[in-house]
Amino acid sequence: MKMHLDLLPDFLRGTAFLGTGGGGDPYVGGLILRQKLEEGADITIMDPMELDDDDFVVSVANMGAPTVMVEKIPSAHTMVKCLRSIEREKGRKAAALIAAEAGGINGTLPMAIGAMTGLPVVDGDGMGRAFPELQMCTFGVYGVPASPIVLRDEHDNEVIVRARSNLESEWFARVVCTRMGTKSEIALYSMSGQEAKETGVLYTTTLAMEIGRSIREARETQSDPFAGLTHYFETSRDKRFCAVLFEGKVVDLLRETTQGWAIGRVRFEGIGESTGEQLEVRFQNEFLVAQQGGRTLAMVPDLICVLDQENAEPITTEGLKYGQRVRVVGVSVPPVMRTPEALAVFGPKYFGIADVYTPIEALV
Amino acid sequence: MRIGVDVGGTNTDAVLMDGAAVVASIKAPTTADVGAGVVAAIEGALARSEVAPETITGVMIGTTQFTNAIVERRRLVPVAIVRLALPATESLNPLIDWPHDLVDTIGRNVYMAKGGYEVDGREISPLDEAEIARIARDIAAKNLQSIAVSSVFAPLNSAQEDRAAEIIRNEHPEAQITLSNEIGRVGLIERENAAVMNAALVSLSAKVVGAFRDALKELKIDAPFFISQNDGTLMSAAYVERYPVLTFASGPTNSMRGAAFLSDQQNAVVVDIGGTTTDVGVLARGFPRESAVAVDVGGVRTNFRMPDVLAIGLGGGSLVRGDDAVTVGPDSVGFELTEKALVFGGDTLTATDIAVAAGFAEIGERKAVAGLNGAAVQRGLDTIHTMVEDAIDRMKTSAEPVPAILVGGGSILIERDLAGVSTLSIPERSAVANAIGAAIAQVGGEVDRVFSYEQEGRENAIAQAKDEAQAKAADAGAKPCSIEIIEVEEIPLAYLPGAACRVRVKAVGDLADS
Repeated sequence: MKMHLDLLPDFLRGTAFLGTGGGGDPYVGGLILRQKLEEGADITIMDPMELDDDDFVVSVANMGAPTVMVEKIPSAHTMVKCLRSIEREKGRKAAALIAAEAGGINGTLPMAIGAMTGLPVVDGDGMGRAFPELQMCTFGVYGVPASPIVLRDEHDNEVIVRARSNLESEWFARVVCTRMGTKSEIALYSMSGQEAKETGVLYTTTLAMEIGRSIREARETQSDPFAGLTHYFETSRDKRFCAVLFEGKVVDLLRETTQGWAIGRVRFEGIGESTGEQLEVRFQNEFLVAQQGGRTLAMVPDLICVLDQENAEPITTEGLKYGQRVRVVGVSVPPVMRTPEALAVFGPKYFGIADVYTPIEALV
Repeated sequence: MRIGVDVGGTNTDAVLMDGAAVVASIKAPTTADVGAGVVAAIEGALARSEVAPETITGVMIGTTQFTNAIVERRRLVPVAIVRLALPATESLNPLIDWPHDLVDTIGRNVYMAKGGYEVDGREISPLDEAEIARIARDIAAKNLQSIAVSSVFAPLNSAQEDRAAEIIRNEHPEAQITLSNEIGRVGLIERENAAVMNAALVSLSAKVVGAFRDALKELKIDAPFFISQNDGTLMSAAYVERYPVLTFASGPTNSMRGAAFLSDQQNAVVVDIGGTTTDVGVLARGFPRESAVAVDVGGVRTNFRMPDVLAIGLGGGSLVRGDDAVTVGPDSVGFELTEKALVFGGDTLTATDIAVAAGFAEIGERKAVAGLNGAAVQRGLDTIHTMVEDAIDRMKTSAEPVPAILVGGGSILIERDLAGVSTLSIPERSAVANAIGAAIAQVGGEVDRVFSYEQEGRENAIAQAKDEAQAKAADAGAKPCSIEIIEVEEIPLAYLPGAACRVRVKAVGDLADS
């Protein structure tokens, strides 16, 4: 499959959806990608099953604060240099790129790098959504080391982190990233084609495009975008569960900055079918858990997305404001993200949530 | 006494106010040169009230001229753009997301130079003064007179932009320079876009502000005059001459502020029903609630302070169709209402005809609508009221019923109670709410910056931001004793060390009498 300008708006909306409130606004990443496409770039989206087992596959991404990325725009050129450094480190030429996360800006940037290097971009990623920390990739959960991680800035400063665990990789890389201006271009999770196929969350690039298309088509036909999304997920490749958890407006918003995170909760007062009820959603950059009364309706790693009540446009945690009318949608994640090993890395316990993980389809 | 003027696309309205009393109001046609229409409107208001020009202490003008220039791509000048950022930001050049016809109008004169700041205040690169001087000479050689300068994190530190402007002025003395830090918020692309649009408007702003000045001179009004900006506060005419972009949303803002004044309410939903559209906005403490999302102006993404306004296709000229399921709008006969509506002898059923048939208003020939099916008229009214109710409901911030204020010529369409509304006011003189909004505007100051709570402490940081906002309001002409803080917003910055927080504070005050 080829990436086209026509597909871009759907894709960007889909990456915002999979950002589950975080991941950085895909606007800037989308502009970089659009520029490449307007210049006539040829970008191949590769079916993971077309990877040879011994192909060399690399993740490229931007690490840092979404707020910094809207000023100090991510450097596609520097990301290519990160890729070249990893290739030198490993003594192998990359055969394909794969996104570390499907949601937000890191869903779009690998395609821009694909445009510049001619490398295909695998249809899939390492998170199936957005997460705040780099060890939260399924690649790492199933044994692929995050390191060596190449971090670079625009001055050609380069730091390579080699750590014994992925959690420690995150700790050291975060410090370097901060020193580089709280934004680093990075290459990480270099792996074999076989590992990419076995440890990745597959077909999430297509998923993003199809989510975006579902929302757009509902708007074009003036039909209900939420019914459209539910139907789409139920009939999608991995037959996902999707439900509107709540319809309401923001009546209380508490944000705190603790240890560098945007941690908080947002409370919605019910309208429409949810009249008389209240829903509380907690977040750490991304939405983590949705509770109505004392009852949990969805929790990480299942997707909790806050969408505009009317047009289903995804809303980020930074974009939340008092009075917004929204629908909160929950979507199940594929089995690869629900194993005990996966939940140990990015399940509710890691985020300090008391609940034991229960799949959304058993809660709603 | 004060004069408020609203220069719109069709009409120029003027009101004369003595303290809180409206002494006279008048509508005159807007003229191509702007000035003659302003003169006619003000003369009319003065004549009606027999007030001498010498007693006028201030003139406040609201105008959509600059917005229209961008939207219509007219009367813009070519711009040179200098971004201080290299080696950062090379992935996205200035003007990247602009409509092509607008870029054709202002040219593609883009210069990327070393400079910019990190979020923690370090320089990305020091300014290369020789490089800036070279660029300035090149701009002068191309005979470009208006220049926009942007740099990374300029809202955190403006020193590089300021120094670059000095160097440019030295090499190219007649150039007019817009600096991004003086206009926008965090968000390089949006702030730079605003600076470029501003630079494209400098020639028009000189003409328009000059026309206002000449009009007042002709009228022998020797009082300071001000122009209203997006958030309902005033800027001095000299400031608008430099920053015309800041007027972009002053129209809906003035109508909301005027509605607040006329109805004596500070917290309410304002429904402005015109000929084609209904604008619904929310007043919070007497000021319009701002939009949190990026707003497009003429196809260009900006992050201006803009009121959060919902526009729906309902107005006095809206077309009415169907007998059972009656639809109203979104299309309208617009300015042809007085030819096409049934009550004016036309053949098109409009919302105004429905209102006349129902006995809500006496407009035109009532006989012309006597034959309409009474049940269908009622269903049309049902539709109109439901549309307004839904729009109000979408803009409300709580389920509780809220007060609403109805302004604009189309307010005759509403006669029944509205669901979700506690009290509905339809003030007198609501047709000139815009000019009144301009007349009563306050002046404001705003701070929008990233603080490190770990280093400075939250209390200290917010106190510092409040002090700066108050000082800015005073600089803008507010009476110090009247200045109050009307907005404090904290946005913690994810992933940043040191408990970094973006703090936005807005202070406003009454204009000092001069």
